[in-house]
Amino acid sequence: MNWLLVLPILIPLLCGSCALVFRSSRLVQRSLGLGGAGALLVSALILIVEVESAGIIATQLGNWPAPFGITLVADRFSAVMILLTGIIAFSTALYSLGSIEYRREKEGYYAFFNFLLMGVCGAFLTGDIFNLYVWFEVMLMASFILMALGSERLQLEGAVKYVMLNVVGSMIFLAAIGVLYGSVGTLNMADLAVHIGELDPRLATPLAMLFLVAFGIKSAIFPLFFWLPASYHTPPVAVTALFAGLLTKVGVYSMVRVFTLLFTHDVAFTHSLLVVLGGLTMVTGVLGAVAHEEFRRILSVHIVSQIGYMIMGLGLFTVAGLAGAIIYIAHNIIVKTNLFLVSGVAYRLGGTYELAGLKNLYRIAPGLSVLFVISAFSLAGMPPLSGFWAKLFIVHAGFEAGAFLVTATALGVGLLTLFSMTKIWGKAFWPENDRGAERRRERRLRSRALLYAPMIFLTALTIAMGVLAGPVYTFSLAAAQQLMDPSQYIETVLRRGP
Amino acid sequence: MRQSLILATATRYLMPMLLLLSVFLFLRGHYLPGGGFIGGLVAAATFSLHAFAYGVKRTRQILRLHPRTYVGLGLLLALGSGLVSLTTGDPFLTGQWEALQFGALGDFDLGTPLLFDLGVYLVVIGATLAILLELEGG
Repeated sequence: MNWLLVLPILIPLLCGSCALVFRSSRLVQRSLGLGGAGALLVSALILIVEVESAGIIATQLGNWPAPFGITLVADRFSAVMILLTGIIAFSTALYSLGSIEYRREKEGYYAFFNFLLMGVCGAFLTGDIFNLYVWFEVMLMASFILMALGSERLQLEGAVKYVMLNVVGSMIFLAAIGVLYGSVGTLNMADLAVHIGELDPRLATPLAMLFLVAFGIKSAIFPLFFWLPASYHTPPVAVTALFAGLLTKVGVYSMVRVFTLLFTHDVAFTHSLLVVLGGLTMVTGVLGAVAHEEFRRILSVHIVSQIGYMIMGLGLFTVAGLAGAIIYIAHNIIVKTNLFLVSGVAYRLGGTYELAGLKNLYRIAPGLSVLFVISAFSLAGMPPLSGFWAKLFIVHAGFEAGAFLVTATALGVGLLTLFSMTKIWGKAFWPENDRGAERRRERRLRSRALLYAPMIFLTALTIAMGVLAGPVYTFSLAAAQQLMDPSQYIETVLRRGP
Repeated sequence: MRQSLILATATRYLMPMLLLLSVFLFLRGHYLPGGGFIGGLVAAATFSLHAFAYGVKRTRQILRLHPRTYVGLGLLLALGSGLVSLTTGDPFLTGQWEALQFGALGDFDLGTPLLFDLGVYLVVIGATLAILLELEGG
């Protein structure tokens, strides 16, 4: 049972290392990319079943007892994040097989793809806050390389902005951990939760703000989001899709963890601030998208807007709010990645990401258009897709908590999101009479099956999440209850851990 | 690049000693300051000295494998050392020890932390040289 917790870290490590050693064989590289992601997905499924039946599970690495050694722990929230990582990893690995050039594969694309997954899974599983920092670094190192791999001019420009801002975020994170360790004397998160009350209240809130800024940079909330639209449109689209799905959500995950387990001493201030920031993030994101005319930039700015909903759910600090946030994270990871994958195929067909240059995609690729419409409507919150339920639960929780202003904002932003999506539809997909289009049919696309399979898979997931909203909501409620009542988490990590 | 006779000759004598020092530091690190990280850095510095004296191409030749391969091998070794505890049912990375008796030479404890450290040693050599040799143009 305790090995189950290590597998999501071990599998990518093993595949990544092998990809470094066997660099000469393209076949080995590609199978390690896909195999690693597939195995990760399987282990994530087993993990979530185990967590669902046995409750929170923990393991002490190296058999060092809890507050001293490093604990890996999975509650429902962690397990579902690992599962989402597996899903996105598998989809983007498939897509990479069909879209990443040999040049990038030779430079070690699949090795760093795996190392990125290792960092993400490590961050979701660790029960130690310094270890969380280390996994952030693993993840960022790998993402720096993936971002710059191929060394195109535009790409390096984006990578520099990305690296600078994230390094600043890491330094603030590290400083906050230093202050926390200096004043409480422990790094294990469960142990911290027990002893955080001893912290001087005058120090506790500033410390919470340091963590808020650090994770705020990683998760691109207002007003710290500007690195994201500046860099996400530069690497190959498979990389962007992977980043869009996972990286900012690791920031959101950490924020949820820290603001449910540790900093709950002054909810009236810290969590109200989160609600305000969530509202501002939604609005700035969606308004920023209006100004853009490039497919991937519009989607990038929308990531920011969507993060706002998650932060708002956390800020409400009720079981319903957190459950809504968890569903929102799941929905957004799937849909956002899918939209980026769609934009990649649109680029292949139209030769540009500029909406003005992409015309008549409906005639050229009707299948792609259907996939786009489903994902775009889901993002905007149309029933019966996953986005509708995610928004509904968040809005419902908002009304319940009496946060009317931010809830109204959330509804308004939903409409504006729809506007952005129809803009893309109207400019890039809208069918016109154009005889030339017939000649550019999607059949001529190279490795078409590899590109379409992940998109169909993710679209099916967003529909399934909408249809199975009942069970999904029940699961999220249970996960949120575990977050709101950390006693079981603390108990498992500190005592029962084998 | 013109070779400097003094540097080339000195390197020939310094390299074995520096590599010995790196192995010494690596083994010493078990209970005392030292270890795979610092040992690996000294070894990487030794090879970069070689690159200064004889050029990057010759250094790549004596390394035989690409620096990245060393990183991969090191990671696999560290991973393997953690997996040994799978056989005894302990959590990942739990140290496993084997006491070896060499009669008159004394007793010697061989454990998985040594393997892990060897992995670190290789990763540090590989990563440092991958960057250095790339920067020196070749």
